[in-house]
Amino acid sequence: MRLTTMGVARNFDESIVGIITAEKLPPDQCMDRIRLFASAKMADDERLTPYRALLCPDELQNPPDLPFIHRLRDSDHLKDGDIVVLEGSTGLVRSLYRPYELHHHLFVTERCNSNCLMCSQPPKDRDDVEVLTARNTELIKLIRQPPSYLTITGGEPTLLGDNLFTLLSQLKVSMPETELHMLTNGRAFAWPEYSRQFAGIEHPNISIGVPLYSDFAGSHDHIVQARAAFDQTVAGLHQAARNEIRVEIRVVLHKLTIPRLTKLMEYIYRNLTFVEHIALMGLEYTGYTPRNIEQLWIDPLDYQDQLEQAVEFLAMRNMTVSIYNLQLCVLRQSLWKYSKQSISDWKNAYSGVCDACTALRQCGGFFHWNTKVQSRGIHPISENLEKANHGPVPLDSR
Amino acid sequence: MARVFHPLERFAPAPTAFHLLPFRFTRLDGKELLVNEAGEYIFVPNGTVENLANEQVDTNSELYQDLRAKHFVYDDCSSPLLDILATKVRTKFDHISGGTKLHIFVVTLRCEHSCDYCQVSRQTASRGEFDMSTSTADRAISMMMDSPARDITLEIQGGEPLLAFDVIQYIIPRAKTVALQRGKNLDIVVCSNLACVTDDILKYFRDEGVKVSTSLDGPAFLHNKNRPRPGHNSYEKAIEGIERSRAILGIENVAALMTTTAASLDHVIEIVDEYVRREFHSIFLRPISPYGFALKTRHRTGYEMGRFLEFYRKGLAHVLKVNRSGYRIAEVYTQILLTKILTPHGSRYVDMQSPAGEAWNVLVYNYDGDVYASDESRMLAETNDRTFRLGNVHKDTRRTIFTHEPALRMFQTSCNQALAGCSDCAFQSYCAADPVYHYATQGDMYGYRATSGFCSRNMQVIRHLFSIIAEDDRETMRILWSWITGQSVHGEVVECA
Repeated sequence: MRLTTMGVARNFDESIVGIITAEKLPPDQCMDRIRLFASAKMADDERLTPYRALLCPDELQNPPDLPFIHRLRDSDHLKDGDIVVLEGSTGLVRSLYRPYELHHHLFVTERCNSNCLMCSQPPKDRDDVEVLTARNTELIKLIRQPPSYLTITGGEPTLLGDNLFTLLSQLKVSMPETELHMLTNGRAFAWPEYSRQFAGIEHPNISIGVPLYSDFAGSHDHIVQARAAFDQTVAGLHQAARNEIRVEIRVVLHKLTIPRLTKLMEYIYRNLTFVEHIALMGLEYTGYTPRNIEQLWIDPLDYQDQLEQAVEFLAMRNMTVSIYNLQLCVLRQSLWKYSKQSISDWKNAYSGVCDACTALRQCGGFFHWNTKVQSRGIHPISENLEKANHGPVPLDSR
Repeated sequence: MARVFHPLERFAPAPTAFHLLPFRFTRLDGKELLVNEAGEYIFVPNGTVENLANEQVDTNSELYQDLRAKHFVYDDCSSPLLDILATKVRTKFDHISGGTKLHIFVVTLRCEHSCDYCQVSRQTASRGEFDMSTSTADRAISMMMDSPARDITLEIQGGEPLLAFDVIQYIIPRAKTVALQRGKNLDIVVCSNLACVTDDILKYFRDEGVKVSTSLDGPAFLHNKNRPRPGHNSYEKAIEGIERSRAILGIENVAALMTTTAASLDHVIEIVDEYVRREFHSIFLRPISPYGFALKTRHRTGYEMGRFLEFYRKGLAHVLKVNRSGYRIAEVYTQILLTKILTPHGSRYVDMQSPAGEAWNVLVYNYDGDVYASDESRMLAETNDRTFRLGNVHKDTRRTIFTHEPALRMFQTSCNQALAGCSDCAFQSYCAADPVYHYATQGDMYGYRATSGFCSRNMQVIRHLFSIIAEDDRETMRILWSWITGQSVHGEVVECA
């Protein structure tokens, strides 16, 4: 689903964060609202209402002296209750938070100290920390119904420095029940003091998701394009665990990670026994990936042996493992029970051939960009699913 | 700003030199087996150790990457991550932290059985003479609770402890009261042959949350041969006792242990089948302990270690076969060793630890208040050898027990890391030190590994397990892992009786 749209901004230069209202509201309820008009004709009795800003797909006729963006290219995706940010300088309208979605994100910076070959969100060398922190502080204030889960992502969130701790403290007060998951390369956690400070916030429900791509340092460093990253990440994970910070490991599956996959699992089991979850994730065809596709692409059909071995290795040892971003039709049936529907609503799509599939409802689906480059194994499943979803398949049936 | 990508060589240049981290090694099934300080192992081609010593391993090879990732070598291209290795070593030894957890109370020496292998029982004694007095019980409970351990297991045994049920009824409520005052979690197990058990006794155990552990040596002919009692009905009594106990306490609160005698050696299949028939989900193919009276009767119960190994191998193969056919039963000796070999953790089983579990993880309080390093030390004392008598609850405190001569002498030989024949053994991390065994069999706590039954047994059992690991049969490994994790072969957690 669409995340951004553009229009012509008037009466403001800065960023404005607010909650969309498609309905007329009394003046005392509209201080943090952005009024979305369906058409240019604006009711006279709303001219004096102190909305935070106005939005309209058409050209607003005779608008009041309020910040507004009109001539929006798209507005159908904007729903009552959505939290958006309006950029006065560019006319951009970006959806930050949609209460009806399952997956919610707090995007905290575009900067990163790694440069992973398959990054889906390529970093930018631009200092956005203050601007984004101010925006997120306001966003958190505006979330009325705390979500069950919230992912803090970037870029690399730890580059926020103290601003991250401020955001986490704010979240701890405003939505203590919300399960926070922060995606980080974990390198900053290698500083004992950093881990102590992070743990010192004492957020009751927080875990970090950290990528680890090889048990061999040089290979991990190559994939994340940063020297000594492996050493820092592994040391960081230990410091995190020492401070009782809960940890998940994320591994993206591609041609560079598949050859040592089970060895990596063994490394995790022996050296990072404390991790509470390991996510094995299909490659996303977006961001940097298309540029490095020669180095990265391996058809998921061609790594089912390795994937099954790795998953079984962990499962046998009572480690919790899941598979993300891979479609049931390319996964061996013994792996189906580990497959999770993990793709954010706005990124999820299914391919045309999926229409005839009987397993669509249980399927992890596609990133919409992955419909461009996909496994030769994509096909509609027409078998009886009952059998597949109850317990593992007997060994001799393969 | 556009970013550029660099090739692998920039991040993983071939190191100019590499260095060895501590490891031990042996040859096994045509390969070399290397084991590092944290008990991690790797199978490598023959000649690898020599190549490592001569720095002739290709640093671009997969083998080199494996060795590096597993903390066998390091180089100047990235950190050796020694802190991580240290953490792994610490994790392996976690079982020695926290203080003594297992406390054995010998509430009486009286017994109505007259087993050949028993070292301590007194059939003829009158009531009282060989029972624990209330004042001794009070002092022993107090010393038990002085252990820094939070989780305490109180194991009540004899003799036949049910012959002194009044002593048990005195100890249990008092131990619970003190545990509550000191903030300890207390588990209580009574080890009984169940021949004299009554429903009233079992109801008392049920109400007090007490578990029962009994002896089952195999099918009737074997059990009755090993365990003579008036009426020659030990087996029938045991089975009846097990069923009554299960009915009242619940199946998960009744365990059985077997003792291997010379008579057992030809019957391992029947023994395993007996455990399956009786619906037990674990069996411990234990070697007989060579102490006390057992030493004297060695002509009858003693046997060559080689015969035990054959017994164990055959038994394990049969247990695996039973598992493959769908009945879940774990072999405990294997489970203990595989936990050490295959997981980052050590084993809590006190007889297979280094530093030896004696005193550190188990203390025995005899009926007369004498404190021993282990059950075996107490048995040795019954033959008038008090080498491992650490003190007495009426005269000593936990502090004096641990700092006086008998304990200190024992501790000097409690670490296999520092024993000749063990210090360079590939299996050191999986094996143990046992000063009491070596003193009993060789007259010397330090011991001589070349003729040590303890050494040859564990070496060969561990070798056998590594052969199974090297075979890497998918279903066998699934079964073995299910013993380690307590999961079923297909993933759900199951309760083990």
